[in-house]
Amino acid sequence: MSLSDTDLEILQGIVARHGGAATELVQILREVQDRFRHIPRDAMQWLAEALHVPLTRVQGVTEFYSFFSTEPRGCYDLRVSDSITDHMLGSREIAAYLSEKLGVAPGQTRADGVVSLDFTSCTGLCDQGPAGLVNGLALSQLTRERIDRIAELVHAETPLESWPADLFEVADNVRKPGLLLQGGFVWGSAIQKVFERGKEESFGELEISGLRGRGGAGFNTAWKWRFCYEGPEEDSFCPVDKRKVERIVICNADEGEPGTFKDRVLLGSHAHQVFEGMTVCAALVGARQGFLYLRGEYLHLHKPLLEVLEQRRQTGLLGQNILGREGFDFDIKIHLGAGAYICGEESALIESLEGKRGVPRNRPPYPVTHGYLGQPTVVNNVETFAAAAAIALHGGEWWASIGTEKSRGTKILSISGDCDRPGIYEYPFGTTLREILADCGACNPFGVQVGGPSGTFVGTGEFDRRIAFEDLPTGGSFIVFDESRSILDISRNFTHFFAHESCGFCTPCRVGTSLLRNTLDKIYSGHGTPYDLAELIRVAKLIKGSSHCGLGQTAGNPVLTTLERFPELYEKLLKHIEFEPGFDLDGALAVAREMAGRDDAHAHLAQEG
Amino acid sequence: MKPNTITIDGKEIPFREGQTIMQVATEAGVYIPHLCHNPEFTPHGSCKLCNVQVNGRTVSACTFPAADSQQVLNDTQELNEDRRTITQMLFVEGNHFCPGCEKSGNCQLQAVGYSLNMLDTHFPHFFPQRNVDASHPDVMLDLDRCILCELCVRASRDVDGKNVFGISGRGIGARLVVNSPSGKLVDSALSVDDKAAQVCPVGAILVKRCGFEVPIGQRVYDGHSVGEVALAKERALAEAEHG
Repeated sequence: MSLSDTDLEILQGIVARHGGAATELVQILREVQDRFRHIPRDAMQWLAEALHVPLTRVQGVTEFYSFFSTEPRGCYDLRVSDSITDHMLGSREIAAYLSEKLGVAPGQTRADGVVSLDFTSCTGLCDQGPAGLVNGLALSQLTRERIDRIAELVHAETPLESWPADLFEVADNVRKPGLLLQGGFVWGSAIQKVFERGKEESFGELEISGLRGRGGAGFNTAWKWRFCYEGPEEDSFCPVDKRKVERIVICNADEGEPGTFKDRVLLGSHAHQVFEGMTVCAALVGARQGFLYLRGEYLHLHKPLLEVLEQRRQTGLLGQNILGREGFDFDIKIHLGAGAYICGEESALIESLEGKRGVPRNRPPYPVTHGYLGQPTVVNNVETFAAAAAIALHGGEWWASIGTEKSRGTKILSISGDCDRPGIYEYPFGTTLREILADCGACNPFGVQVGGPSGTFVGTGEFDRRIAFEDLPTGGSFIVFDESRSILDISRNFTHFFAHESCGFCTPCRVGTSLLRNTLDKIYSGHGTPYDLAELIRVAKLIKGSSHCGLGQTAGNPVLTTLERFPELYEKLLKHIEFEPGFDLDGALAVAREMAGRDDAHAHLAQEG
Repeated sequence: MKPNTITIDGKEIPFREGQTIMQVATEAGVYIPHLCHNPEFTPHGSCKLCNVQVNGRTVSACTFPAADSQQVLNDTQELNEDRRTITQMLFVEGNHFCPGCEKSGNCQLQAVGYSLNMLDTHFPHFFPQRNVDASHPDVMLDLDRCILCELCVRASRDVDGKNVFGISGRGIGARLVVNSPSGKLVDSALSVDDKAAQVCPVGAILVKRCGFEVPIGQRVYDGHSVGEVALAKERALAEAEHG
């Protein structure tokens, strides 16, 4: 399409709203996608000129994120979550039903341009699936009855604003609150306490608490903040308030690990505490700018969160001279993601915030000294900031008295899968899987995926293991499987997920995740041999050992951890011949058949084996 | 061990503050296999061929800074096997047919394959559908052979100041794209004299009308291994820079 005058006006408006800054590219493209239902080539060209960046940058970003498309999507852009937990709740059948009702195949846009259907990675509604998205907004509990209603609304072309609110209802499902979720947090109280204690003593309390990052890697929070405060060596002479470098505080709400949804609840019902944690961090490290990087799948939280931010500005908890403290200026901006799991990796997240492809950076230097636009940057998980606010208020000892030696305090788990009471549970670190499984009402569990696809599969014999950095570290994903589940379905879903989400930067992950997927599919479809199984292990280990970032370094885990425990389940599927070609002889003739206009028996070749 | 010294495969080598392991190795005449690295440009760290073990941890030699008391393992059987596998991955994800390629004998991918004793491509080929762009009068672009090293991207951005190339797509769909409204090379700012037109380590970007000027058999890697060639060139560059 070429751009009309109206189109140009729309684009100019979008760019102007974002101050014409290239760092806003992902945000700008979100609006363009929303308005035009795709990113037209001419719009890319226009944006490149308006933002003074190469066209390849705009194209590169457009084609990186799953929620952007270069072909028009339907007015109703429906996506069904393809996470294992949604599968277990019947998402594939629901998608097929939806496809039939709407007359559009998955991956396609209907000819009349009204509706598109697709699959998407985990949407973070694992406790109330099968879930989906319509134009980015979360749809929960997709039953046949609800699909019928959605199909009718689409058929009548009812504007999304007029769809019944119950379709978009998202429940918190907090089943077991602990130190963080018990509520009662008074806004501003933690900042006030930091002012009373002073900087050094507040750092001291954080250190005593032993708080470690809640995203999964578990870096000591006090150290991270201290490094950022001290800044890179070349700037270490700067006294706190006269620094030439800007400090940045980023809250990582790109909760993309399948099976994790605790940040959704923290941001939905405890946003003040999270923002307060960021503000406490800003006070300690000397930052003036904060960002919340909110995953695109949580679009439904965007407006409420903007309201919370505005409330805090009105009450003097954000903005200039916070709580009357002269010179303490800090504000928080929300950036939305656009469908890329990799942006949960902190340096990829920073790249995305800068309006780029979410490709993890080379490290060192680390974000804490060279982060957003090269500035010293703290990136922490939502739960870490919530905990930091509580620690600032109640002191380090309050937190450290709970948990284990190396894992202090509590951990919020997102529990889903085969259990009676899926939802949010907050446990002291050190709690055994057995206790957790009893609490959530798991019947006949045969395994738990702890930490999502990048974590570990734990079998029946290991239920006395504990949630702790010393034993089973986790960002919070806890998926229960009962005896009816197939281990191959699980590892295959996870392996497909990694191949889909690999950023493509480094060779081992880019090529290796696809090789893993193809080999596993070959075994799954009954064409695998012992040779393929050996290959699977070899490739999984290579990706793990050679990749650029955490995605690749964990992409082999689903295969490796399940194979280690259940080799017989894989072996059962193997053919007992020396070798089975990866090459599909009959499939290779498809083009020839098409060209010859034949599809009779003689135009096909049978394959031995 | 003396200060400002690392060991590579047990050999003590001095380093200067700010050098990467790759730079230290090159100056000392130690070859670490690489494809996306070229000392004329900012290190990139994507091909992962230069992965070495530093005190037990795997890092990319081209981006990782040298520091005191590092014990680097480079030329080990295990690392070279991984490098061979990674090279095979590069071969199967694209469409590389050496016998019909003008770059044969001058190609770093092919030469690295030989030096790592790669005897086959091992994995099932992906046979991707990729395009050839012959629109430019002087330069041709065959994406079948692109290994996504981004040397042309860096050269065009940092040396030519033109940003002719970029990367688009994600995962196995990542691909090189051209900065022009049509996406064709002919409509871009590329000129045959640009660094970007000269820097491709494989046969993806070729200058037209000089094919087979040097006969097969007399090409760069016909007489010398990739390690010898890389060290000779890259040491000379390092010496020119530091005197």
